[in-house]
Amino acid sequence: MSKFIEPSMEHIRNEKLYAEMGLTDDEYGRVVEILERDPNYTETGIFSVMWSEHCSYKHSKPFLKQFPSEGAHVLMGPGEGAGAVDIGDGQAAVFKVESHNHPSAVEPYQGAATGVGGIIRDIVSIGARPIGLLNSLRFGELSGANNRRLLRGVTAGIGGYGNSIGIPTVSGEVEFDPSYDGNPLVNAMCVGVMEHDKIQKGTARGAGNKVIYAGLKTGRDGIHGATFASEELNEASESRRPSVQIGDPFTGKKLMDATLAAIDQPELVGIQDMGAAGLTSSSSEMAAKGESGMTLYLDRVPLREDGISPYEMMLSETQERMLLVVEEGSEQKFLDLFEDHGLDAAVIGEVTGSDRLCLYYEEDLYADIPVQPLSEEAPVYILEGQQPAPDDKIYEYSRADLNQVFDALSGHPTHGSKDYIYEQFDAQVGANTVQKPGFGSGIVRVEGTDKAVAAALDGKSRYVYADPYNGGKEVVAQTFRSIISTGAKPLGMTDCLNYGSPENPEIYHQLSESTRGMAEACTALSAPVVSGNVSLYNENRTDSILPSPVIGMVGLIEDVNFMDGLTINSKDAVYLVGATTKSFAGSQIEKLLDNETSRQLRYIDLETEYSRGMYLRGKLTAREIKKIAPLGRGGIAMKLAQLASFHHLGLDVEIDLDGEDLFAENASRYIVIAQPGMDIQDAVEIGRLSDDGFTIKARDVTIERTLAAVTEAWEGAIPKCMTSVD
Amino acid sequence: MKYAVIRYPGSNGDRDLLNAARKAGGEAAYVDYRETTLDGYDGVLIPGGFSFGDYLRSGAMAGVAPVTQAIRQAADENKPILGICNGFQILTEIGLLPGALIFNDQHTFVSRNESLKIVNNNTRFTRGYAQNEDVIYPVAHGEGHYYCDDETYEKLVKNNQIVLTYNENPNGSRNDIAGIVNTSGNVFGMMPHPERALETLLGSDDGMKLFEEMTQREVYHV
Repeated sequence: MSKFIEPSMEHIRNEKLYAEMGLTDDEYGRVVEILERDPNYTETGIFSVMWSEHCSYKHSKPFLKQFPSEGAHVLMGPGEGAGAVDIGDGQAAVFKVESHNHPSAVEPYQGAATGVGGIIRDIVSIGARPIGLLNSLRFGELSGANNRRLLRGVTAGIGGYGNSIGIPTVSGEVEFDPSYDGNPLVNAMCVGVMEHDKIQKGTARGAGNKVIYAGLKTGRDGIHGATFASEELNEASESRRPSVQIGDPFTGKKLMDATLAAIDQPELVGIQDMGAAGLTSSSSEMAAKGESGMTLYLDRVPLREDGISPYEMMLSETQERMLLVVEEGSEQKFLDLFEDHGLDAAVIGEVTGSDRLCLYYEEDLYADIPVQPLSEEAPVYILEGQQPAPDDKIYEYSRADLNQVFDALSGHPTHGSKDYIYEQFDAQVGANTVQKPGFGSGIVRVEGTDKAVAAALDGKSRYVYADPYNGGKEVVAQTFRSIISTGAKPLGMTDCLNYGSPENPEIYHQLSESTRGMAEACTALSAPVVSGNVSLYNENRTDSILPSPVIGMVGLIEDVNFMDGLTINSKDAVYLVGATTKSFAGSQIEKLLDNETSRQLRYIDLETEYSRGMYLRGKLTAREIKKIAPLGRGGIAMKLAQLASFHHLGLDVEIDLDGEDLFAENASRYIVIAQPGMDIQDAVEIGRLSDDGFTIKARDVTIERTLAAVTEAWEGAIPKCMTSVD
Repeated sequence: MKYAVIRYPGSNGDRDLLNAARKAGGEAAYVDYRETTLDGYDGVLIPGGFSFGDYLRSGAMAGVAPVTQAIRQAADENKPILGICNGFQILTEIGLLPGALIFNDQHTFVSRNESLKIVNNNTRFTRGYAQNEDVIYPVAHGEGHYYCDDETYEKLVKNNQIVLTYNENPNGSRNDIAGIVNTSGNVFGMMPHPERALETLLGSDDGMKLFEEMTQREVYHV
């Protein structure tokens, strides 16, 4: 007889209570088949979270399978908490990106903070010491008060967690677009470093081995968080606030230190973070990977308050928790280790030779589920996509007032300085940060070596909307450009797929075509996918968000000392690398002048992309060129404005292009800074840097500003929006 | 010179400080917050971070940790004590330095490379610098506004206790104060992070002279 008042099996079936938890009628039927009986309340909850999109990838699995996940440098591909690549000397870089979009929409501070905490635990659970954090953020335009509130909350939340735990935030990228009005994207990435031979897997093997719970006491926070993350935001989402977890970076720090100490113990069999779907996913996934069963005695779980039921315990997403499997007889050693770090820990169960996950509370059995079907047999949905008709728009921006376009874009938060955000993140704790957020990828030296890891996050959703297939390629290529611009050789990547509802045929088409393009680019650019995350059902009040795959890439700089003293100055020349074409679909000038994104083919040649990138990388590490700045949003004009503002250097360039081409956004182009008269492939020397003044001459237009004016627009882009009291 | 680097739960600059002391030529070892003696150490380094989460008030919990009385004793013995960031907050919390650190005026965390001025080079910590030398040290704090009343401020000025000031005040600190020493000149607290400014590759090596001064000079004992 249950000690907790819960709906009966009949009630769950007849009143369709499973539907409230996110299971469809068919899925409920499948659960009954697997169990060969009706599920009880606890079991229904467990299936609903494990089969949520967030945990099971039921709409995205077929697409993820296209991604190449093997390569010369890959040590561990997708399937674990994070992926790992070889960085030489027996060391590995471990990394992953993850979304926390829905929680951040309703509770920006905690949503963002726990996003950071969760991705850190993923890295730590592999055994790596985190060396850098990155974030990719999307908000609606800052003219909206709610978007300003979200920006404030998300920024404070990321800093609140990352600063406290002591991991530098080393790079990021931010875009403001009406598409994200009320549905911000918060993607967090963490990179760690470790020895190859210590890589841990989340596995439960060896009947009789003990299951240890460590970390914060379980509370009722975050129940059904994974399910919440897998549905559309709407008016009622505000009531989901209790589904948002609460971060505790102090405990997170202690847990990180204790976990890294535990990983050095030979008796450790496996370890996994209790992230989405908490105890449910960690226990069932570990058992499934170890081809074992597991029995848990839930009355032994450390609890924050009395009366928490097995159902609530299994679905709670209380943060800062780890699940360990250790050899029988070694339990006390681990309990002592966690106690020494000031953390709760308890033996809550054991690995069994059966194939079942059994949950007891005192004497009563609350769940008895076969492990493999729960974790591996989630339904997979293959839907029909629908390709919308392309637009036959003709662009005639040459008639526009391009000086006005320049001012409007350069003063827009998307193009302006992000110091408002980045100055709230500790970028230098650890004393190995070679390049901070602000202009380009993050670079962190590997302590005790001359090596450095470069890491970048990037996304170009308007390109993906314009042309999902080629846009998908471009997102990967853009991140590749960021990596080679540091002098690093790309080693691998991680992806976060943020899209609208896959049940909408056009969104499904975006998902399938863009992932196909991304997969091709991964292969062509030598950056296999080692980890990833999917976030669907991102819908603003009126429409789906733009298709927003975000790519995190990691590269290796073999000797970072080449950067020491490599600074640009007013005697240097400016080069434009790569041909400019009239590519405006998905561009910022199109957003500004037409307030739309047209569906038109974009073009990218991946072979050129790769060879040009690797060529420039070689020139940089040989110090033959001083700086590489890849072109992206806003084209040549915006990159020059950012470059001048960031470095407080003027410039005077003349480019043999139409004025509108200054804002074109075709792929595979760079601005390069080097001494005058250098021979650089596919490059044209377009002018000089200077001490003051800012002049760009095209065939039919001249943009001439003082350096102070350009810098002021750049620096003030976000602060000028944030002055109003909301 | 052998330094104790105090480690509280939640400290996160401990490793950087240990590395800095060693890089400058000194010896250093971690000392747990539960220790009650610092015998055998010639000086104390209190690192940055968020001791005990700093959920209550920065430095409040650390102030009542067992190691506090050992730190007081070291101060009494005229050993050099340097507190950085959270370490500065702890030193004011336990009364080894006057004043307090309160929330930044803008109420947001601030992290950037800060231009500062060594306004007193006549201390055992700053002798390696020229008087009024400008230096770049990173700052990274949410509660870095140095606050004190008028009477305390006048004493600070009179006793020449103000050592480091901001050239562009990032947090609203009184009279741009970034770092002060006690009246005996052996306890130094500052918000900026010189331990992160030891290499030009990382943006600045202006912190090196501080640690060299602290580690390479012998005989500070009474």
